[in-house]
Order: sequence, then structure tokens, then C-alpha cells
Amino acid sequence: MQSTSRSFKANAHRALNDAVLQRALGNIKTGFQEKRRKVVEALPEFDALRDCGRDIKNHTLAHLDFYLERFEEKVIANGGTVHWCRTPAEARETILAICRRREARTVTKGKSMVAEEIGLNEFLEANAIEPVETDLGEYIIQIRHEPPSHIIAPAIHLTREQIAEDFRRHHTELDPARRLEEPRDFTDEARAQLRDRYFEADVGITGANFLIAETGSTVIVTNEGNGDMTQLLGKCHVVVASLEKVVPTLDDAATILRLLARSATGQEMSVYTTFSTGPRRPDDLDGPEEFHVVLLDNGRSAMLGTQFQDMLRCIRCAACMNHCPVYAAVGGHAYGWVYPGPMGAVLTPSLIGVEEAGHLPNASTFCGRCESVCPMRIPLPKMMRHYRTREFERGLAPPMAKGGLAVWAFLATRPTLYRFVTGMAARVLGALGRRTGRFKSLPLAGGWTGVRDMPAPEGRSFHALWAERRGGR
Amino acid sequence: MSTARDQILGSIRKSLGRETMSGEAAAELHQRLARPAQNLIPARTAGLDAEAMVRLLVIKLGEGACTVDDVASMSEVPARVAAWLQRENLPARLIQAPALKDGLDWSTAPTLEVTTGTADGSEDTSVTPAFAAIAETGTLMLLSDATTPTGLNFLPENHIAIVRRSQVVGPLEDAWSRLRAARARADGDGHTMPRSVNLISGPSRTADIEQRIQMGAHGPRRMHVIVVDG
Repeated sequence: MQSTSRSFKANAHRALNDAVLQRALGNIKTGFQEKRRKVVEALPEFDALRDCGRDIKNHTLAHLDFYLERFEEKVIANGGTVHWCRTPAEARETILAICRRREARTVTKGKSMVAEEIGLNEFLEANAIEPVETDLGEYIIQIRHEPPSHIIAPAIHLTREQIAEDFRRHHTELDPARRLEEPRDFTDEARAQLRDRYFEADVGITGANFLIAETGSTVIVTNEGNGDMTQLLGKCHVVVASLEKVVPTLDDAATILRLLARSATGQEMSVYTTFSTGPRRPDDLDGPEEFHVVLLDNGRSAMLGTQFQDMLRCIRCAACMNHCPVYAAVGGHAYGWVYPGPMGAVLTPSLIGVEEAGHLPNASTFCGRCESVCPMRIPLPKMMRHYRTREFERGLAPPMAKGGLAVWAFLATRPTLYRFVTGMAARVLGALGRRTGRFKSLPLAGGWTGVRDMPAPEGRSFHALWAERRGGR
Repeated sequence: MSTARDQILGSIRKSLGRETMSGEAAAELHQRLARPAQNLIPARTAGLDAEAMVRLLVIKLGEGACTVDDVASMSEVPARVAAWLQRENLPARLIQAPALKDGLDWSTAPTLEVTTGTADGSEDTSVTPAFAAIAETGTLMLLSDATTPTGLNFLPENHIAIVRRSQVVGPLEDAWSRLRAARARADGDGHTMPRSVNLISGPSRTADIEQRIQMGAHGPRRMHVIVVDG
């Protein structure tokens, strides 16, 4: 997928002024935050399980080569194939070769962020193979020709009215006057549209939430059941997964599953958790004839051993973006690539470079909510800070930021001057703003006051108040 | 020329600053896989007796939007299935997994039209046996094999699963232990796992339209669980 992360500022501005988008984003708080809070409170061991999950992933990453080799051995023993791919291009070509060999015309797809990462749909279309997204959210954005705006709720940026328009435009064989109001109407229509496509498909492509080294199984977690129909009916099951998805055992997966659904959708378990091990067996009555795992590196092996290694613990639950004030304000498309929100602000520069995505680690207030809800205890703000440092050291920071920091550094290293200047500023702004307590506009601060008021200081600097309090004791 | 596989594994080892694992360190990791240990298990199901475990299962299945029936023996199942279909106002026909063919006597529910086999997408209701039921979260574990095709769990509009009390366990980890033991003991086809293990916690649903939950996205719209004594 082509990145527009360089235009984050313009993207964010557009998003903030998009009334329909703002209405759609309003569903996040009740939809995700409340549900997660309730279900986490109902499990006293939740925090201890987070430690446990973190330790499992750290152990796996420290022995990643070992566990990937064991995983591959087991896949082969069960009659499947593992394809190792260094780059998105290699992964695309591998999948195309499988599709060509199967003489595939239609491919059904379960939801996969790695498939987005490698730009699979456009590539298949360019090669005369029709990809059909089957997750309802993915299906909606596919007919809109949009990328997902969220890693588990791809169409969260849309309202019912918008989706109704899309369905009417796309499903032209249906009665144009049909009712499309309640969520039920949409779900039924998509269900009917997609039912036959599962049976027509020559290949079914899914992602994976886990790869199990103990058994050579791949695991998907869904609520709709679309990923299951995709792999069951597609005759040839292709799993596309990045290499950090591996965990040692079924028991390790069980531990992380307790964290995943709670953190993602506020469920104790998602409706369908499916462990797939190889193609159908000689006596089986159904199941795919072939089983392939396309294992993607795309820069992840180089993240090991660096300050960004912890990011490879991520289980793609989306809790960080669901609790991020910046994501809630601008939505996922503003981030400009596949992975939005705090996890995207760290992963995107890691995968496509800080030159391309340097804005993203800056799109944070450092409020720390992402880290506080992360089930794998990934220190997201710390890693964003590493990227800010790297951006500054490489001279990639914008001139305004560099100039501003130079002025601040000059003042901050001269305490007397600093106190004098900040004291003056507080007095002057305090006097000017005494009447309303706020400023609707300020010179040099249009970026702030353009979208919100600036509170007026009350006339004294913090230093002055602190000195007075200590003096009075 | 080295392959992509060698290069990726080489890159991982270079980043981790070591060679291929060998000797005692590798043996330890092999042990971790050969004798999987349980991690922290929530106390929710600890110390529950069989009755309390089933009670918890029923509560949790209900939270997952399943309906639940409790019967004393397999001979009662057909009549209960017929009653449930009637109560839900559903057609009096169903398809059962071949595994149930000898265990269920449908002559006690003469109004039902019963077929046996795999699903092709046209079926209203399926009846399948579970391998285990996980009380902690209200989750059924269903396996694929020569008599339990996976399609029956997903394609019909309604899904009825049958589980025996003796198959109810506390946490998922206990179901894994039972599965490993059963695979080591029984079919000996050399596979550590059946092709498909489905953990199912209720009817299919989605919240992709404005975050509002809607049942019956692609899979079954209703799920009914019958717990049988024994």
C-alpha cells in the first residue's frame, strides 16, 4: 500500500473538519472503551496475565529462529508448505504463483492486516484474479476502494448512511427502494451477497493471529465466521502471516487469547477461534486440499535486538488506538498507511522508514493511555520518543520545531533569564486574559488556537508560586 | 545462492547476536515443546466440583447468546431438539454429523426430517457433537474428523451442539491436555492435531456497522447447546 504518512498534518486537518467522520468516531468510546473496562474488571488476574503474555512473547522473540524452524517442521509433517518471504514483493509473487497453479479466478479473503501491508488486493486485480473480502467491514471498504481505518474495525470511520449508499451503488440487482436502515439490514444483505462467493472461490486467503510451533497450526480469531468459511470452502487455504506471530505451545496461545479478545472487543473469547493444521486428511469429509503458510519478514528480523524489539510482541488487538485521544480525533486514515494509532506510530516508521513516517511518532500527546491498556505491555510512548530523537538527530525535524527547541534550550540553560522571561509572559498574558480567562487567538500560536482556546495564565509563573509555597512553610 | 529462508533465519540470528541454537540450550527448548507446561490459569474455575462447573458453563454460554438445555440421557435429545426448533419457530428438519448416527434415535421425534452428512449451505439446522466444553468462558471445542465435518459448524442457519457432562472442563488448557491425550491414544495417524479445531462461543456476529452488535453475520444465527448426563 502506498503511504501518505508524509501528509499526516494535512490528513489530520481534513479529518478534524469532516463532520460525518467525527460522528462515526464518536462510537469508539461506548463501543470499545466501556466494553473493555467491564470485562477486564471481571478478571482479577488480568494484569498478572499481561506479565505472563509479555514473558511468553519475549521468550519466543529471543529464540525466534528456533520456534520458526519447529513450526515449519510441523507444517510439513501435516502436509502443508511454508513459504519464507523477505519482502512484500516476494509474498505477493508467492501467492500469485499458488493462485496461477490452481487456475484461480476468484479468491476469498478473511481479514488480514499483513495482506494489506503487502498490497495484495491491488496486485491480484492487476493479475486478473478477483479478491473478495468477506469480513463485513473489509467488504464495505473494498466496495468503497478505501484502505481500512482501524485494525479490527476497518469501517469504523463510516456511518450507516454512507454504507447504505455504497450498498445501493454496488448491489444493483437488488430493489433500489429496499430498506437499509438497521444494522440487521446490512448484515443480511452482505451475508446473502457473499454466501455463493465462498463456494465459487478457488483459493481462500486468511491471516493468522498465532502460529503454533508445537503443532504447526495457524490460528484465526473472528466473530463473523467468515475466515472459517474462507478456509473451509476455498479448496486451497493460504495463510499469510508475519513471522513474529509464532508462539511455542497451545498453552501459550491459551494465555494470550485471554488477553486478546478482552483488549480488542471487550469479549472474554471471540466467537470463533480456529486452529488449522494442514490440508484435509484422507478420511475428512471437508476441508481444503492444500495448505500454505506465507511467512513474511519485511524488516521485522532487523527490529530484533534494537530498542524497537518490544513492538514485535504486538497482538493487533487495537486497544491502543481505541484509547488514544489523537486517533479518536483524526481516525485511522490520517496516519496514511496500514497501521494507525499508537502501534502504527511505532510500527510504520520501523517498516517503511522514519523519513516516510516521521510525523507519526509526533502525533501523540504522550498521555500514556496506550501503554496502560496494552495487553503485551509494549512501552509505546518510549518508542515514539526514540523515533522523535532519531528524527531530530538526522535533521528531519521541521525548521519551526528545530528553531523553537533552540530558543527553549537557550532559555532553559540560563535559569535567571528563564525565570525573568516566563514571569513576564505570565504577568502580561494574565493581565490581557483576565476578563475571559482564555484567548481565542494568539500571535505565533494559530496552530493551537485554530481548533481550541488557549487558557490564560493567572498572572504568576509556577516557579514563583513554588518559591512562595516553600518560603511559607 | 542462499534462499530467502536462510537469509531470514540468518538475519534473525544476526540481530539476536548468536549462532543456531544447539546443545543444552536447544534441548531445553525442545523440552518446552515436547512437555508443554500450563501458564497462569485464572482462579475462576479452580476447585469447582462437576456440578458447579456445569453451572458456570451454562451461565457463560448464556452470556455468549447461546440457549442451553440439560438432559439426563442421549435418548432425550431428539425430543428436546424438536421442542427447541418449535419454540424458535424453525423448520422441522436438520442434518446431523455422521458421528451421531448410531448414538441418536430420532424415531422418538417423528415430526423431524433428519439427514446425515456434510453441509452444502442449504441446511437450516445442524446437530454436532463437541469434544469438550470450556466452562471458564462458555466455549465449545469441536474437532474435524471422518465423522464430524467442519462445515456443519458454520454453514447452517442454526447450530445445535451436544456435550456430555464428563466433557466439561474448567480452562482451555485442560481441553488441550485432553486433546493431546486423545490424539496420542486413539487414531495414531501421526498428526498432533485434527485438521481443524474450532473453539466456538456462541452464534456468529458482527459489530462492523456503527459498533452495534448484530447476530448471524456469516455463520449460524442461533446456537443451542444440549448438556447430556454422563
